[in-house]
Amino acid sequence: MTATAFWLVRLRNLFAVIMLSGIYSLFAAALYLVMDAVDVAFTEAAVGAGISTVLMLGTLSMTTDQEKVHKKVSPFALILVLATGGVLIYGTMDMPRYGDINAPINQHVANRYLEKSAHEVGPPNVVTSVLASYRGYDTLGETAVVFTAAVGVLVIIGRTQNKNMPGSTRARRRREDELDEPVKPEDGARKNEEASSS
Amino acid sequence: MFDWNDASSLLGLLNYWVAIVLMMAGFYTVIAQHNLIKKVVGLNIFQVAVFVFYISMGKVSGGSAPILKDGIELYSNPLPHVLILTAIVVGVATTALALALVVRINHSFGTIEEDEIQTIEHDEEDIA
Repeated sequence: MTATAFWLVRLRNLFAVIMLSGIYSLFAAALYLVMDAVDVAFTEAAVGAGISTVLMLGTLSMTTDQEKVHKKVSPFALILVLATGGVLIYGTMDMPRYGDINAPINQHVANRYLEKSAHEVGPPNVVTSVLASYRGYDTLGETAVVFTAAVGVLVIIGRTQNKNMPGSTRARRRREDELDEPVKPEDGARKNEEASSS
Repeated sequence: MFDWNDASSLLGLLNYWVAIVLMMAGFYTVIAQHNLIKKVVGLNIFQVAVFVFYISMGKVSGGSAPILKDGIELYSNPLPHVLILTAIVVGVATTALALALVVRINHSFGTIEEDEIQTIEHDEEDIA
């Protein structure tokens, strides 16, 4: 899984990147299953590996599938990332060990859910009880977020259909600059691809 | 077998380290790559790293999945599962929004490379 992540960072072909990110999600789902989180595993497999991949492929079909080559590795970014990673690893030294029953996270409200949810809510799946009942407002908020995101996507993409907006002229002007000749907007993209592939 | 609970052993921290390495891979992608789609993918890597971190904290050794059944005494902690379930769905919603923005940017600027977009904006400021 870690190897997939690093491969993702290095790859140039965006189509391959998206396929790999689907594989990455699937690995994550398998990992959740190993750690007893069955509900999370199938949500990740369906939503993370499925819907995300479809969304990204849709974006790709509307943009381009080749990343421009940047040879230089940013040393500042690398140092920042390594430093942050080092500090975080130092921070884990005091964490409870993996699978520890006495860890603080396993001592508080979780036990109450496990003992009482069968009487108080009903379903044998504790995750369902907590999601729908004890933390129902969280789920309501989540639905609100998803709704807002859907509205946002429609507003943003919907405006793209409008041919007369100022942005599209800017893109057209740029294509004309590159080709040194005025072209019709619908031809521009195709010629651009030919120019970049040759 | 390894004793995961042995406080002197660093092996029990391996799950956090995997999460941190993944998180840093995502972080690097977000700050160092110029391609906007790649940045969104990096954000997803980062996100999954946080999920792995949470789920691994909720695991109890010897426990089973938190579905109540007679004869099973020990369950893993259901609370992180619930939180991450919510987070996955919200994460996909935000990814969708980010990708919509990328499509819109591509439509306006004709490119999804960050440095090219900055050059174009800079040129336009000069003209104006």
